[in-house]
Amino acid sequence: MATEITTPNPAVDGGELIRFDNVTKRFGTNTVLDNLDFTVASGKHVTLIGPSGSGKTTILRLLMTLLRPEEGTITVDGDYLTHESKNGKLIPAGEKHTREVRKKIGMVFQQFNLFPNMRVLRNVTEAPVHVLGMGKEEAEERARGLLDLVGLGDKCDAYPTQLSGGQQQRVAIARALAMRPQVLLLDEVTSALDPELVAGVLDVLRDLAHTTDITMLCVTHEMNFARDISDDVLMFDAGRVIESGPPEKIFSDPEHERTREFLSAVL
Amino acid sequence: MTWDWDVAKDFLPELLDGLLITLQATALGSVLAFALGLVWAMALRSPTRFVRWPVGVFVEFIRNTPLLVQLFFFYWVLPTWDIKFSALTTGVVALGLHYSTYIAEVYRAGIDGVPVGQWEAATALSLPRGRTWFMVILPQAIRRVVPALGNYVIAMLKDSPMIALIGVTDMLQNARSEGATSFQYIEPYTMVGIAFILISYPASLLMRALERRLGH
Ligand SMILES: Nc1ncnc2c1ncn2[C@@H]1O[C@H](COP(=O)(O)OP(=O)(O)OP(=O)(O)O)[C@@H](O)[C@H]1O
Ligand SMILES: [Mg+2]
Repeated sequence: MATEITTPNPAVDGGELIRFDNVTKRFGTNTVLDNLDFTVASGKHVTLIGPSGSGKTTILRLLMTLLRPEEGTITVDGDYLTHESKNGKLIPAGEKHTREVRKKIGMVFQQFNLFPNMRVLRNVTEAPVHVLGMGKEEAEERARGLLDLVGLGDKCDAYPTQLSGGQQQRVAIARALAMRPQVLLLDEVTSALDPELVAGVLDVLRDLAHTTDITMLCVTHEMNFARDISDDVLMFDAGRVIESGPPEKIFSDPEHERTREFLSAVL
Repeated sequence: MTWDWDVAKDFLPELLDGLLITLQATALGSVLAFALGLVWAMALRSPTRFVRWPVGVFVEFIRNTPLLVQLFFFYWVLPTWDIKFSALTTGVVALGLHYSTYIAEVYRAGIDGVPVGQWEAATALSLPRGRTWFMVILPQAIRRVVPALGNYVIAMLKDSPMIALIGVTDMLQNARSEGATSFQYIEPYTMVGIAFILISYPASLLMRALERRLGH
């Protein structure tokens, strides 16, 4: 099971996999991220917490290249993602370069975003075949393995709309893993689910966190889950990290007043 | 003037010949309109301004000038540029091009209706642009606009008699010839009208049913 999703060339364990340097993101005059610096070491599971609108989703979307920063640089496994900083100037990276770097990142969305016109198996094989150039048979075999892993080995031929939200989200996890990403981005992946379906999805992610060397960057309101899987928790407020540390510390003995307020509101 | 069944019976074979041409022009014109419309719709979404802008102007220009003018333009002007088509081909090109500008608008609505999350998922998987368009976006976009596309085919069918004016022997042209030689008008024109109703009315009912089915 663990070998199934091992990344092809994992970065040196403990080495820096994600790095934000002075990243600023604005929407019009609204500065959402303000000179943000942070790093995620390879193999670590990092959870972002913070009030609504604090910029958590924005961070994941910047990493997925769904947004571009106004200032600063983002590095993934030592490579610039969308912009290179030269003598203080930002130079856009080529589409091809960005594509190569982005392949190391997988994302699971709040709204699943499965392709409704494709069967479950094809959802999982589409990118490995057409992006990684994997043979169709190999891709299907791996896809079946991944679908087994998320407990949906018997749903290969279903269409996404025939599945429950929880099942769709588990397919989405398998789809992201099929690309053998080094890092998995998870943005409130259970908040669109009916309460009784949340546990199934979190169990899959817990297993993944405990049995593989995949790096995780997640945004969640499930504090118990965050406590279980996180090596580090980053508390955000107004586009800055105001406090970070291991979950035991942040959840039981936070230093910052804002963190205390936030936790008492969500716990 | 009274209805003469003998005249009607005489005209029937020509009506059917003409019907075949009418259907052929509409079918080929539709295929051309679907294909060109897709080209326009995709070009109008190009990240490059130098693609979007000229295509936008061209599409507006075609959409806002009468089909009949375009038809005569192709018929009279193209040969002077040494581009020689048969009358039928000229008609198909004019119908197809004109309708492609409406079809592009239909595709656009369909594409806009695909949730932005689909584009984002495709980006997250690094799917190439072409695959994103043809395997993810368009199948979902076109599914929901099939009735609108069908309605434009019906509209094209009803515009198709214009090609009689450049000498294509469609139903209308055959009715005109019949009138010119036998001085019988009521039977041929009535029969042409009935032929159109027999095709377009059931077709529009079908589209309405489809619309209702896709509605929920
Ligand atoms: N596409 C956009 N256009 C304009 N403003 C945006 C856009 N996306 C996000 N914002 C703004 O950026 C800020 C941060 O949004 P973001 O979604 O990152 O917050 P969040 O921390 O994920 O919040 P939540 O917990 O509610 O998901 C918000 O003020 C939001 O209004
Ligand atoms: Mg968010």
